[in-house]
Amino acid sequence: MSPELHNLIYRSALLIASFLFLVGLRGLSRPETARRGTHYAAVGMLIGVLGTLFHHDIVQYQWILGGVVLGTVVGVPMGLWIPMTKMPERIALSHAFGGLAVATVGVAEFLHEGAAMSRIAAGAVSFEVLMGAITFTGSLVAFGKLQGFITGKPLTFPGNNALNFILIGVAFVALGLLVRTPGDITIFLVICGLALVLGLLLVLPIGGADMPVVICLLNAYAGLAASASGFVLDNDVLIICGALDGGSGILLALIMSKAMNRSFGNVLFGAFGAVDATAAAGGSAVAVREASVEDAAELLKIAGSVIFVPGYGMAVGQAQHAVRDLANLLTANGTRVKYAIHPVAGRMPGHMNVLLAEANVPYDQLYELEAINDEFPQTDVVVVVGANDVVHPAARTTPSSPIYGMPILNADAAKAVLVLKRGMSVGFAGIENELFGLPQTQMVFGDAKATLTKMAAAFKGGHG
Amino acid sequence: MDFDHVLFALYIFMLAAFLGVQVIAKVPQLLHTPLMAFTNAISGVSLVASLVIAGAERGLVSSILGTIAVFAATVNVVGGFLITDRMLKMFRKKGGS
Repeated sequence: MSPELHNLIYRSALLIASFLFLVGLRGLSRPETARRGTHYAAVGMLIGVLGTLFHHDIVQYQWILGGVVLGTVVGVPMGLWIPMTKMPERIALSHAFGGLAVATVGVAEFLHEGAAMSRIAAGAVSFEVLMGAITFTGSLVAFGKLQGFITGKPLTFPGNNALNFILIGVAFVALGLLVRTPGDITIFLVICGLALVLGLLLVLPIGGADMPVVICLLNAYAGLAASASGFVLDNDVLIICGALDGGSGILLALIMSKAMNRSFGNVLFGAFGAVDATAAAGGSAVAVREASVEDAAELLKIAGSVIFVPGYGMAVGQAQHAVRDLANLLTANGTRVKYAIHPVAGRMPGHMNVLLAEANVPYDQLYELEAINDEFPQTDVVVVVGANDVVHPAARTTPSSPIYGMPILNADAAKAVLVLKRGMSVGFAGIENELFGLPQTQMVFGDAKATLTKMAAAFKGGHG
Repeated sequence: MDFDHVLFALYIFMLAAFLGVQVIAKVPQLLHTPLMAFTNAISGVSLVASLVIAGAERGLVSSILGTIAVFAATVNVVGGFLITDRMLKMFRKKGGS
């Protein structure tokens, strides 16, 4: 085959891949078409990869084969066996891989082109490596925090933010210098090193509850890095996919931070939780009423309508199946059951939806905040499963509260509230939840899964 | 890489970002986790760049870097599409048992 034909196949394959990626993404706008969309995109990826093998620079296959085989060996278990409750960890880890791939491509490209690089290319490649490496170490820290290897509490030291700003400044100055002298390996290495350190320093101060925003931002960084690599390599499919990935990450991060009523700046540099926890320690405890599982079951038996409010506690306790079992009994008893999903419930966007879908809860019973908030006053019982700050009335009523202004689920408006909780620990915002002290609220303490299972048993037992 | 090239690339970036935001804004909250897994899988398309580096004759260092990149991108492509599909399979309207 002539080189022209090779190039034609290569370029056409990438064009077809880009088209199929967009078609696939469009499919995600509805649950009915989402799966088919994913299949289109997967076919697009296969075409793109096969077409790339026709690239005229590819003369040896042993390294490619090694990388693909190893990647498949790691990728298949990561796709098939990771439990749904570990999805945030899984996504953080894949951002780390994405950052690593893009950063190593950038380093290789820099070493190959060297001083022959144009100034624009040098700027793009250093931006690529900067973002890629920040994503790599930042995502590893996020993974460590979610997995519990690193404490979920914000890790800060005096001058942390100042140091971060200085390092970011130095990184951009170095980037500017490299544009002036494109082949300078020393400057390039400084940028690489700074980026790796920055990834650590930027994510370590961020608390566990802010992970939804951080994961989205790391997603955006990975996308921007991939786009930059497209500029360097003159590869349009990389630019397009990077733009889609980056756009998606930024959009989700905006939705998340809006749902917490906080700015990016506040999430990234606020070290939320560290300050508030100490303030709350001196505060007065809320007096609560405790209910037994039998009392709770009795209450549910006479309820005409029930709304479940799941939170991160449901994921930690893997209680989604137990929730569904109890909901089944309620539905069989003639009770109307719905689920209210707060956008930041859990550790990543859509976390609760995936868990409930795993437990076979039909998705037309899952309601977004705006869609269900007006229904709480007419609801007989709200069952809060491992959620705290997303049902915290202080967000509406107490201007001095750190979560004031955050849109919450108005569970306190319901006729009765059952709160399933491990103990009286404060939420991630580090403040006592006034909902727990309300006259219509009863606490059921214990492991969410065990409690729900016992409640279901008591519910059935009463029916004889 | 001259100025015209960069300008053309910027046009592509701008259009893709604009289109992407329009399409992604239509994805319901329900599917935000699969969306993240999906965009993660397609951004594994950096595999096509890694393949060229791993397969070109540019010395040992380049081959090793290329192989690392191929490995990392393959993990995301293979794992990403598998997990997106696995998640989407679970979403159904009328729940079975």
